[in-house]
Amino acid sequence: MKLTKTLLAGTALAMTAGVASAQDMANDMTIVSWGGAYQSSQLKAYVEPYLEMHPEVSVTWDESSNEAVAKLRAMNEAGNITWDLVDVVAADAIRLCDEGLAMEYDPDELLAEGDDGTSASDDFGDLIVSDCYIPQIVYSTTFGYRTDMVPEGVDAPSNICDVFDLEKYPGKRALEKRPINNMEWALLCDGVAKDEVYDVLATPEGQEQALAKLDTIKDDVIWWSAGADTPQLLADGEVFMGSTYNGRLYSVIEEQDQPVGMMWDAQVYDLDGWIIPEGLDEAHLARVKDFIMFATDTQRLADQAKYISYGPARASSAPLVPEEMKQHMPTDPANAENTFLYNYEFWADYRDDIDAKFQSWLAQ
Amino acid sequence: MKLAVIEPKSVSFAAGVVAAFGAFFGLFIGTSQGSGLIGVLGGAILMGGLAFLAVTFMRDQEKTAKWGILALFVIVGALLSGIPGAVLGALLGYFFGHIIFWVASGRYRTAVPPYATPGQVLWHYAFRTIAGAILVFLITPILVVMPLSFNAENFFTFTPEMLSFDPAGYSLRHYRDFFTNSDWQQALWNSVRIAPMATLLSVGFGTLAAIGLSQPHVPFRQTIMAILISPMIVPLIISAAGMYFFYSRIGLQGTYLGVVLAHAALGIPFVIITVTATLVGFDRSLVRAAANMGANPVTTFFRIQMPLILPGVISGGLFAFITSFDEVVVVLFVGSAGQKTLPWQMFIGLREQISPTILAVATILVVVSICLLTTVELLRRRSERMRGITPS
Repeated sequence: MKLTKTLLAGTALAMTAGVASAQDMANDMTIVSWGGAYQSSQLKAYVEPYLEMHPEVSVTWDESSNEAVAKLRAMNEAGNITWDLVDVVAADAIRLCDEGLAMEYDPDELLAEGDDGTSASDDFGDLIVSDCYIPQIVYSTTFGYRTDMVPEGVDAPSNICDVFDLEKYPGKRALEKRPINNMEWALLCDGVAKDEVYDVLATPEGQEQALAKLDTIKDDVIWWSAGADTPQLLADGEVFMGSTYNGRLYSVIEEQDQPVGMMWDAQVYDLDGWIIPEGLDEAHLARVKDFIMFATDTQRLADQAKYISYGPARASSAPLVPEEMKQHMPTDPANAENTFLYNYEFWADYRDDIDAKFQSWLAQ
Repeated sequence: MKLAVIEPKSVSFAAGVVAAFGAFFGLFIGTSQGSGLIGVLGGAILMGGLAFLAVTFMRDQEKTAKWGILALFVIVGALLSGIPGAVLGALLGYFFGHIIFWVASGRYRTAVPPYATPGQVLWHYAFRTIAGAILVFLITPILVVMPLSFNAENFFTFTPEMLSFDPAGYSLRHYRDFFTNSDWQQALWNSVRIAPMATLLSVGFGTLAAIGLSQPHVPFRQTIMAILISPMIVPLIISAAGMYFFYSRIGLQGTYLGVVLAHAALGIPFVIITVTATLVGFDRSLVRAAANMGANPVTTFFRIQMPLILPGVISGGLFAFITSFDEVVVVLFVGSAGQKTLPWQMFIGLREQISPTILAVATILVVVSICLLTTVELLRRRSERMRGITPS
């Protein structure tokens, strides 16, 4: 009951807003996202409903989130901003904000209140990791494994260190071709306590230690760079286990019916959300603001969770997530026994240095 | 006169040659199963032994022996891995049955002159084998894509159902996706709108440039030529970045016209090169003769020069079309999401979502290119034939 009322109220509000200022709003909008299942969850949860309310608006999708930072730099340099709204991970948003390529905003002015009346800044809370960032969802990088390739008489892997245990679980692993996450997991499994991981990783010895641990499985690793790689490798049976985004694994398991299981131990949380490029003209900015107000409200973010197993970034959306999806969420208590939050500050400071070491280690 | 020396060969010779073939196949099978060396040895011993037995005991009953070998391979294949094994076994069995008697009877000598030394005979067949292997190497990736595009799964995987030729393992869903998904349709439509316009511009400018540059009195010909051909030599990403900034300043970035112009610039070098090549064989006195008879330069061009250099213009145009139709780097820079072309959509699809729809599109494109090339070739032959019967 309450739900319907909010929905109606929200729709009515958005509609009056739309009518009132329709004159000064641009009728085209270029949205940059990731393509694939994630983009289609955005399409179904709020872009299509928005277009139904505003039939005069046309949306163009650009699946360029991967290279958003480089492209926005180029656009800025050329003085020709052609994107209106860009979906990026938090680390990219922080970089874009620091470089002045993304617009700073006031959460309580731009974003709708929670349906329980909480102000937007409280509802999103700590997840607004940058003054430019409008978080949408929490996702995690975690492991999937082939259930039919678990050796006889051995339990399915349930501990992050099983990734490094080639004797108990022989077979190839798929890991991302970058140091982030891999270095943390390696240290965790080399006896470093969870709360000391980043202190150790800040030292050259700690970095060596992590690489040495990774060295023990290096011959059995297939390195991936696109989120779609691990699902393909798992479906092929090319690897026994591999890391990827939990939503990709959800789709492999639930939608494609592959014999794959989840291993949530030491999953690493990260955020995905919007930034508005700096330098939009008035009309486009007005349209984007109108859209954002709608697309990040409590109900819309909860709707998105119907289509993909990522947790909504708003606290008030959590109770509205459908029951059958809750068990697939990275934030579900059963899955979140041992988790890691991506450490933005650490990686902002050490990324270049560790990246170089990791790449030269890879080439050895 | 007897042209070729065909005489039965010794058992050991036949067994040795067939063992070499066995080793060759064994290398592939062994590598895929983990150990190339065991595969080579196993293949050599098995096939050498088979040849030895067949030639020793059944030299005169060739037909029976061939059928026997075929049946043997089919049964072994079926026992190992069902229907696909049987099909593979049939192919291998036919090949080995044939090769054993081909070698043992000395028939392999029919294709080479009688005076050829054994070394020359070996080279004769080795050359063909190498050429065939290169062809297979070039074409296999394309051939693998085609059956995979009929996959019923959402992955690039030969499922067990597909391998056992179960109809349930195949489907047209990825083709359906291509024809019903608005993203793909929009991309196809964009490509179809951009490529012909770019080709038209490339052919127009490229042909004129080639004709101009073939005139001996034009100053700095080599330099101008080098500049015009530079888009072919400069790394594409550099041209693309340069075009991006230039087009942004003059308001062409992200427009249909911008993409067409960029693709035309990429296509022009191909047209210049092919047309220049045909112009080398063009007799300039024909132009003077036409002028002598009162034709103005435009008439001369369309009536005399153009028909003669047409093959160069057409093949240049074909290259320009394919360049534009296949291009992904420049359009990523110069175009905006509204000009998303087919290769762009495929690129995204491959990176974000390894979806077999890409394979379906690839298959369609391969079929279309084959049709296109066949048509051009038929037209060329037809025009040659027509020219042959037209009194000159």
